[in-house]
Amino acid sequence: MTRRPAGRPLVPAYLSTGGVARPSRPHLERLSVLARSEEPLPGGLPAAELALLDTLEGGSLAVVEAAALLRLPVSAVRVLAADLVDRDLVLARAPIPPAARFDPDLLKRVADGLRALKHHP
Amino acid sequence: MASAPSNTTPSAGAPGAVHQPDTARDLVKILVAGPFGVGKTTLIDSVSEIRPLHTEEHLSEASAEVDDLAGVREKSTTTVAIDFGRISLPGDVVLYLFGTPGQERFRALWDDIAYGALGALVLVDSRRLDASFDVLGLVEESGLPYAVALNTFPDAPRHHGAERLRQALDLEPGTPMVTCDARDPDSSIDALLALVDHLIGRDPVEAR
Ligand SMILES: Nc1nc2c(ncn2[C@@H]2O[C@H](COP(=O)(O)OP(=O)(O)O)[C@@H](O)[C@H]2O)c(=O)[nH]1
Ligand SMILES: [Mg+2]
Repeated sequence: MTRRPAGRPLVPAYLSTGGVARPSRPHLERLSVLARSEEPLPGGLPAAELALLDTLEGGSLAVVEAAALLRLPVSAVRVLAADLVDRDLVLARAPIPPAARFDPDLLKRVADGLRALKHHP
Repeated sequence: MASAPSNTTPSAGAPGAVHQPDTARDLVKILVAGPFGVGKTTLIDSVSEIRPLHTEEHLSEASAEVDDLAGVREKSTTTVAIDFGRISLPGDVVLYLFGTPGQERFRALWDDIAYGALGALVLVDSRRLDASFDVLGLVEESGLPYAVALNTFPDAPRHHGAERLRQALDLEPGTPMVTCDARDPDSSIDALLALVDHLIGRDPVEAR
């Protein structure tokens, strides 16, 4: 991988995990929120993980947002983030569990919120 | 360890505009589904607070984890761009919209994006109803509640009555169907509201 056509990922998906297959322990969803922990960075982290940590310097990001900024598939960011969570370098907050998503109070907040956004209600 | 570029600054987008405020909020998602050219990106763009972003997803490993990642190099890597946008709502809810193409070959990716979604807003171009059949099939199979938004293109046939359209699309009587101009934020919000109000009105035992 010596050239990188314009607009392609900075880190090819197949290299971003260092080519090492590890099971990802925490299951991260598209909307899991990632944040940098207080832990100091150890040396020797893979470049792709450093890139992910870099995007979290500005604040927390959903997995899918980090993937978009890094130009990596969500599946690759899941792997990187899972490793960083294992190392306590990143904290992950799970989205609301699927069973709770039709909670009437939550749905009402979504509907009321959308109505409030209309310019000409 | 492969040599990755040392420049880690993403060249696209200003990260500061994307980061989340630190208050704990509930993140929810809705799929904006439909065939190519139906107006998914337009709708997401019209209501999103961030410039719509996208991820490049490999179709062959959509639901896969690391094991398949290592093998991606060897596969033909068909990728598809999945747009998404974000709306922070008053009340500490953040709504994400995912523009989801609905073809059978996207199924694994579809299932992954649909996991945990509130539902789908299916965009239909009334000039080519049949282009939406695949996506309607996928939504129904995935069990996602949905509403249909007919996008109003200028040369769309006017003679279609709502009932005829519902029949042609084979919609259940309870499935909401609204018309929408995806370029207009209020119209897009109304279409999303048709879905959310439908979710609220459903019998709780249906909700799973
Ligand atoms: N008249 C009209 N044009 C639309 C509407 N929605 C999208 N378009 C146009 O249709 C084209 C395709 O829309 P796009 O959002 O890219 O479709 P996508 O492939 O589903 O993301 C663009 O040129 C849009 O400007 C609509 O509601 N009304
Ligand atoms: Mg599009």
